[in-house]
Amino acid sequence: MTGRNMNLDHDIELFRSMYLIRRFEERAAHLRQQGFIPGFLHPYVGQEAVAVGVCAALEEGDVITSTHRGHGHMLARGAEPNRMYAELYARQDGYNRAKGGSLHMIDAELGFLGANGIVGGGIPLATGAALQKKREGKKRVAVSFFGDGATNEGSFHESLNLSALWLLPVVFVCENNFYGEFTPQHKHQPITEIARRADSYAMEVVVEGNYVLEVRKAAQEAVDRARAGEGPTLIEARTYRHRGHYEGDMARYRPPGELEEWMARDPLVVFAKHLRDRGVDDSVLREVRQAVEDRLDGAARFAEQSPHPQPGEALEDVYTETHQGMALR
Amino acid sequence: MRKLRYGAAIAEALAEEMERDPEVFLIGEDIGEAGGVFGVTRGLFKKFGPDRVFDTPISEEAIVGAAVGAALVGARPVVEVMFGDFVTLAMDMLVNQAAKTSYMTGGRIGVPVTVRMVTGTAGSTAGQHSQSLEAWFVHTPGLKVVAPSNAADAKGLVKAAIRDPDPVMVFEHKLLYGRSDQVPDQVDPLPLGEGRVVREGEDVTVVSYLHTLYAALEAAERLEEEGISVEVLDPRSLVPFDRRLLSDSLRKTGRLLVAHEAPRRGGVGAEIAAIAAEEMWDLLGAPITRVCGANTPMPYAPELEGFVIPDAARIAEGIRATVKGSPGRLTPV
Repeated sequence: MTGRNMNLDHDIELFRSMYLIRRFEERAAHLRQQGFIPGFLHPYVGQEAVAVGVCAALEEGDVITSTHRGHGHMLARGAEPNRMYAELYARQDGYNRAKGGSLHMIDAELGFLGANGIVGGGIPLATGAALQKKREGKKRVAVSFFGDGATNEGSFHESLNLSALWLLPVVFVCENNFYGEFTPQHKHQPITEIARRADSYAMEVVVEGNYVLEVRKAAQEAVDRARAGEGPTLIEARTYRHRGHYEGDMARYRPPGELEEWMARDPLVVFAKHLRDRGVDDSVLREVRQAVEDRLDGAARFAEQSPHPQPGEALEDVYTETHQGMALR
Repeated sequence: MRKLRYGAAIAEALAEEMERDPEVFLIGEDIGEAGGVFGVTRGLFKKFGPDRVFDTPISEEAIVGAAVGAALVGARPVVEVMFGDFVTLAMDMLVNQAAKTSYMTGGRIGVPVTVRMVTGTAGSTAGQHSQSLEAWFVHTPGLKVVAPSNAADAKGLVKAAIRDPDPVMVFEHKLLYGRSDQVPDQVDPLPLGEGRVVREGEDVTVVSYLHTLYAALEAAERLEEEGISVEVLDPRSLVPFDRRLLSDSLRKTGRLLVAHEAPRRGGVGAEIAAIAAEEMWDLLGAPITRVCGANTPMPYAPELEGFVIPDAARIAEGIRATVKGSPGRLTPV
């Protein structure tokens, strides 16, 4: 196989990963409407190129921290949709044994150090993981994903300062989707280019976050810098979420036409066009899509068949008081 | 056995654990070259170097967060929070992150981080440098809390905290740093949840910890002259709490007083009183008394500070009321 074809095969895998995230989320929203999934869902639809592009630059042993909108990052890092759906369904086979749900899914073996219910909560954790990676001397990196809203938190500034001071192998990826929950960017910060916030740490990069290959290129450069011991990078990836802040949010705060503008730059549409332009046949993309649908069908079945947790499990996995040999509720 | 200061005992515990386990490192403000505001880590930077003893910017959330993040991927960090009051700046990392991880991962991932906090009142340090915030952490499932009152216990508990799979908060009272105690040449980790009888007595059980323990002991001695025999317990760990130690003592005395420096409202004393009332009711022959800090911020003036925190005289007064069985213990102050 020629190098060109190998690259193309690799790109098709990027498309597969993005499509998997897209459909995982759309199906999750549907399953939630049908009553299979309790609690919050913050869909990643529209932002797939960022997770997939960045994770394409990572290797085994690298770690990432995520956000409340975390399914995409977790899938991009290689998580199993069946155990993710099982967690969303609140079943025993879920990644967190039904104790976390969407906001807290985690798998350290994959190097996925967790979604997070706290805006900005993962940033110091990635900084610490990078510190440990540096101590181990194995040239591994930590990546922290977060949104534009998180860059107003103290944890963001403290972590950038500390990691720049100590040249930690960490890449900060700000997914600027232009809304902090319901509030548009111009009403939550006085700047438009978030990367400027890293001026004083000398490490900013801005990238069009809906082009997966550009994201991957920027991430690769940042990761290479981190591995070489040259310290952290802040990447601002400009993107957009197609759905509301959470499922059920009608997003009426968006000005008319804005969604349509961004839909024209849907990362999946843009990348499918790119692949077709490079000679990938439509039938190949159809096969990829069908394989993803089949995989997600199986994942939903797996979740549905997974046992519910027993009430007593609520008192496990944490220190609890006992009285006459019984855990105290 | 040798005489050892409380702070030096903690330093020995840190050094011995760092020698034993390369994954143990220290992180905090001015703990390296400067040796810490209270000098606890003095000498450790020189001994272990900048890759094991990290001096940080003044960034409490990043400090605690970095420790928790490193613990997620294999380290056993020990954080020093310069003044325990500053832990307010890192509460998210402790309460929402570290405390939840083991539970929310179904026990798959532990966070073996130790957070050492300088606590308590010492000479007009006022409202933002003298608080006793242990009740917040006692209240948070997923955290363990220890409060050593002497050098030997401090050494044993810090070692146990570092080896524990869960996040452990270590409260070190400022006024104890200067104290010296007999410490065995070799100190093993002291299992969390084992309290001790500090003084045996027959008439009333007093539970106290950290610096207030010594006020309780002083009160016990004074009351001996009045013919009241006081048993004094030091729980040493607040979570886990040694219930058996308490029930064994109440079986003998039938009366309970809890004394601590932290404010009365929602304090650890309330929890201990509730444990006794719910689980040991049949052992109690008198109403339970609390002698605690006032429900006020800590004032600056020495006479106000002394007025707010319990001393031996107030504890003695509380014990007399308890022994008489008269609810005069909530005397307006």
